Amino acid sequence: MIRHACLTVRRVLSVGLRCFSHVSTGEIIEDEFEWTHLSRQASLYVHWPYCLRRCSYCNFNKYISRQSNEHIMTECLQKETESLLQLSQVSSITSVFFGGGTPSLAHPSTIAAVLETVSRQANLSDQAEVTLEVNPTPVGMSKLEDYCRAGVNRFSIGVQSLQDEDLNILGRDHSSHQALQTIEEARRLCPGRVSVDVMFGRPKQSVESWEDELSELLRVCDDHVSLYQLTLERGTQLFKQVQGGQVTVPAEDVTAEMYQCARRTLDQHGFLQYEVSNFARHNAVSHHNMSYWKGRQYIGVGPGAHGRFVPLGDGGVTREARTQTLEPDVWIREVQQRGHGTRRKIQLSHLELLEEVLVMGMRMSEGISHKHWELFSPQLGLCEVFGTSTEVQELLQSGRLILDDRGLRCSWDGLALLDSMLPALLVELERQICQQLQKDCHVDAKKKTSNPR
Amino acid sequence: MSLSLVSPLLRRVLQFKMCRRKMQSWNNMSCTLWRHRWMKRMPVFKAMSTHTDKENIDLSKFPAHRIRNFCIIAHIDHGKSTLADRLLEMTGAIAKTEKNKQVLDKLQVERERGITVKAQTASLFYSHQGEQYLLNLIDTPGHVDFSYEVSRSISACQGVLLIVDANQGIQAQTVANFYLAFEAQLAIIPVINKIDLKNADPERVESQIEKVFDIPREECIRISAKLGTNVENILQAVVNRIPPPVASIDDPFKALVFDSNFDHYRGVVANIAVFGGRVKKGDRIVSAYLGKTYEVNELGLLRPDEHPTQKLFAGQVGYIIAGMKDVKEAQIGDTLYLQEQPVEALPGFKPAKAMVFAGMYPMDQSEYQGLRSAIERLTLNDSSVTVQRDSSLALGAGWRLGFLGLLHMEVFNQRLEQEYNASVIVTAPTVPYKAVFSSAKLIKEHGSEEITIVNPAHFPDRSVVSEYLEPMVLGTILAPDSYTGKIMSLCLNRRAVQKNMVYIDDQRVMMKYLFPLNEIVVDFYDLLKSLSSGYASFDYENAGYQAADLIKMDILLNGRRVEELTMIVHRDSAYSTGKAMCERLKDSIPRQMFEIAVQAAIGSKVIARETIKAFRKNVLAKCYGGDITRKMKLLKKQAEGKKKMRLIGSVEVPKDAFINVLKRKDK
Repeated sequence: MIRHACLTVRRVLSVGLRCFSHVSTGEIIEDEFEWTHLSRQASLYVHWPYCLRRCSYCNFNKYISRQSNEHIMTECLQKETESLLQLSQVSSITSVFFGGGTPSLAHPSTIAAVLETVSRQANLSDQAEVTLEVNPTPVGMSKLEDYCRAGVNRFSIGVQSLQDEDLNILGRDHSSHQALQTIEEARRLCPGRVSVDVMFGRPKQSVESWEDELSELLRVCDDHVSLYQLTLERGTQLFKQVQGGQVTVPAEDVTAEMYQCARRTLDQHGFLQYEVSNFARHNAVSHHNMSYWKGRQYIGVGPGAHGRFVPLGDGGVTREARTQTLEPDVWIREVQQRGHGTRRKIQLSHLELLEEVLVMGMRMSEGISHKHWELFSPQLGLCEVFGTSTEVQELLQSGRLILDDRGLRCSWDGLALLDSMLPALLVELERQICQQLQKDCHVDAKKKTSNPR
Repeated sequence: MSLSLVSPLLRRVLQFKMCRRKMQSWNNMSCTLWRHRWMKRMPVFKAMSTHTDKENIDLSKFPAHRIRNFCIIAHIDHGKSTLADRLLEMTGAIAKTEKNKQVLDKLQVERERGITVKAQTASLFYSHQGEQYLLNLIDTPGHVDFSYEVSRSISACQGVLLIVDANQGIQAQTVANFYLAFEAQLAIIPVINKIDLKNADPERVESQIEKVFDIPREECIRISAKLGTNVENILQAVVNRIPPPVASIDDPFKALVFDSNFDHYRGVVANIAVFGGRVKKGDRIVSAYLGKTYEVNELGLLRPDEHPTQKLFAGQVGYIIAGMKDVKEAQIGDTLYLQEQPVEALPGFKPAKAMVFAGMYPMDQSEYQGLRSAIERLTLNDSSVTVQRDSSLALGAGWRLGFLGLLHMEVFNQRLEQEYNASVIVTAPTVPYKAVFSSAKLIKEHGSEEITIVNPAHFPDRSVVSEYLEPMVLGTILAPDSYTGKIMSLCLNRRAVQKNMVYIDDQRVMMKYLFPLNEIVVDFYDLLKSLSSGYASFDYENAGYQAADLIKMDILLNGRRVEELTMIVHRDSAYSTGKAMCERLKDSIPRQMFEIAVQAAIGSKVIARETIKAFRKNVLAKCYGGDITRKMKLLKKQAEGKKKMRLIGSVEVPKDAFINVLKRKDK
């Protein structure tokens, strides 16, 4: 509790100090500008909670819709978008992402309606990336063109696997053939802006079959690939099957090999790994996802969506972590009653904000640049935070972590072990921030006693 | 009775006292002093006022020849406490109600486990052939871990009731208890209980008794304590078959302190057996041990609650309060006499020796103070538990506690948890080893030829030692003969030497083995029970020390020694113990970014190795729709956990890993 209070003090204090420096140096002024800039723009995530069926591995917030209520859903998504945009007071939306659930079940007019709402409230440039997740079913494919007309300019296709048997085990409702067709159609509509999601670590998968599958995929895919390792989530059908011994998944070492092998293969095909699970060639990175990793603001709309932004409209000054109500029916009621379905909002302390910046930033191959860090931590640079810890030194010496004049990042080997390094970095960050805080409090106390007005 | 009869026993007669404090918390039933169980139901003052009414008993009417001192001994669950309840009811000591169940077992742990931990005393009045007799029932613990209690009780008795279950027959503790009584040359009355059970086979049990104990079957009394069947016969047998105490009222006053309790308000309450003369309120008495003089404030009988009287006479058993402020003043085994009439002190008792040691640590260091006061309170009246402060780099500050045996340790832990609500990490038990120094110089340095080693860190090098010794026990196992083969191979694996094997009837075998104590302290009993489908019973008594080929085994993580895991093992079991340790560590240390060698080593020689492979990948893909809260939480938890890790070289070992490896395995 005390620490929390101290951190709040620090926030106030740092703002004060920034203002104080404002007059003296030009550099800070630029930071100040960027900082305010940060809170005036955001990306937008829109969650479509419905699926036709339950995938055996998925524990995400989705519902099998019993009746069509798309009309109401559309209205509510619009309403919430409007409310949250107002609350955030952002002047521009840099990207939009329709995720789910299965957003390709939504009617293209729904997508159009939401985008129109955004445009009414904030600046949404024509160039802004608007992505839609697509289930590669014939129905999904048939609507791609209409989605484009609605304003979508990027597709993320949930291929998951090119093995029909595996798609069956995973409970997907498409075939590999349909997936290939959908990719083709998407590429026709949005050349260079199609991403495919594939999953490894699937039941019965071997490194060899994975390699073959990846090669096949590389022949048909566009310029962006997302690789996900299947994680067994409690409560899913697959989890039960694995627990019960009916299904086996590859061992840890095997999935590690699959990951490394995919990284090598993609690299050979000109795909640059720009994040833990994302690869792009011809610079076709996902701007929407990049903004998460860069610690920028995002607004989450729809049941269970998450957001991170400063609620300027409510007079807020600190960034909040916001979660919308999970159950669609309840969410709908809440949006109808009070304009939005925010279930939980937590103010992020200065330390918490930096922790998120660190954790998200390190997922990128380029890591965190000094400038990027300074934006959030003007007083304590990367070197000051991480330069003194022996444990961080060991990580640097092992070659898994790099801290140089570009900034802090993982090496190629290190990226695969990021989650083992992050706890050490987080411990050090907390220690340094708390120390700084104590120093500040001390200075502040001195000032007060020496300058009584 | 002369104490010289008891003297062979005194070797094992130990001081022990489970705590009977917590007088202040009247509402805490389970741990209140047993004597106050009935008293506490009424206000304190009322209880005191009733004292005057009760002081009418004229104990001078009970000369030694109308007194019988006896105890009941039995294997667990053979019905000792139920019989005690019936005897109390029949003699009017307590009202006869349905609720009298194990009246003398007051502790929660006693009732739950169906065992008696603490010996208690009840004086019964019984009319037999027109004469009033004073029968002193001294209830005893059933387990040999508590045999110091049994022995102490026996020292105040002339006879025992040996209870055997008509269905189960003779069990290991029946044998152990029988020998305690037999060696003390007490009159033994065999009682076959539970004859009302469907599968009762009293004939078979009688022939077992005849065979094993050499007692004619005609002497057995068949009863059902539960239904009260034939219990009257027992009272008659007590009068007829147990000799009265040999004590003369004309001798100077002389009494043995065979037990003592601490009462917060009145100080020490000593249980005494009067061996000669008489004592009354106001007498000035001397403790032979301390030479201190006290004035008798109160004395009386235990029925089983305190019942004050004016005097106590030769041959009687009762309690005395004489202004002793500290339990240490009422030394168990001490002799009391009148100031003006000094007598020769009785032989007394040797203090208890801890035979099983275990580390105890608070679950969290913030609970240290709480645990400390809980342990202090529990050990206040129990000098048999030794307490040494200890600290482990992994588990923090704690204690190394010494116990008389495994059950003693379990009972202690259970009471700590139940009565004091303390959550503790208890490490796997170890035993005290000894080393005999080879050179005169070292002997001089240490002040003795032998040292006892409790902490492996103090294990002297082989080069300065002529031999190492390990504690041995004589184990008795009783089981149906179909399990003999399995039991024999289990014992053989535990370095046990068979001493004897007897068929006690056509199906049941009694085996005696000499075991190294360290081989039975951890899981022997559980294994024995499971391989015999629960039919085998086991008990043991201490059997001194024997030379043993002991070595110190280190556990290494990437070549660095883990201090808290160093252990003393027998050379023959070094490999299997080392391997097991490495395996358990491998399973409990999480993978890290580099490979970890987990090794067991003797000196510089590695005898077992496991490898924890390095992580090749540890990064979670995908943060769905910006939901990073869960991931942050997980990482923060790991970061917090990191601060609590014990660092061996660069290997991070979570506290849980130590707990998994050091902790006793759950049953």
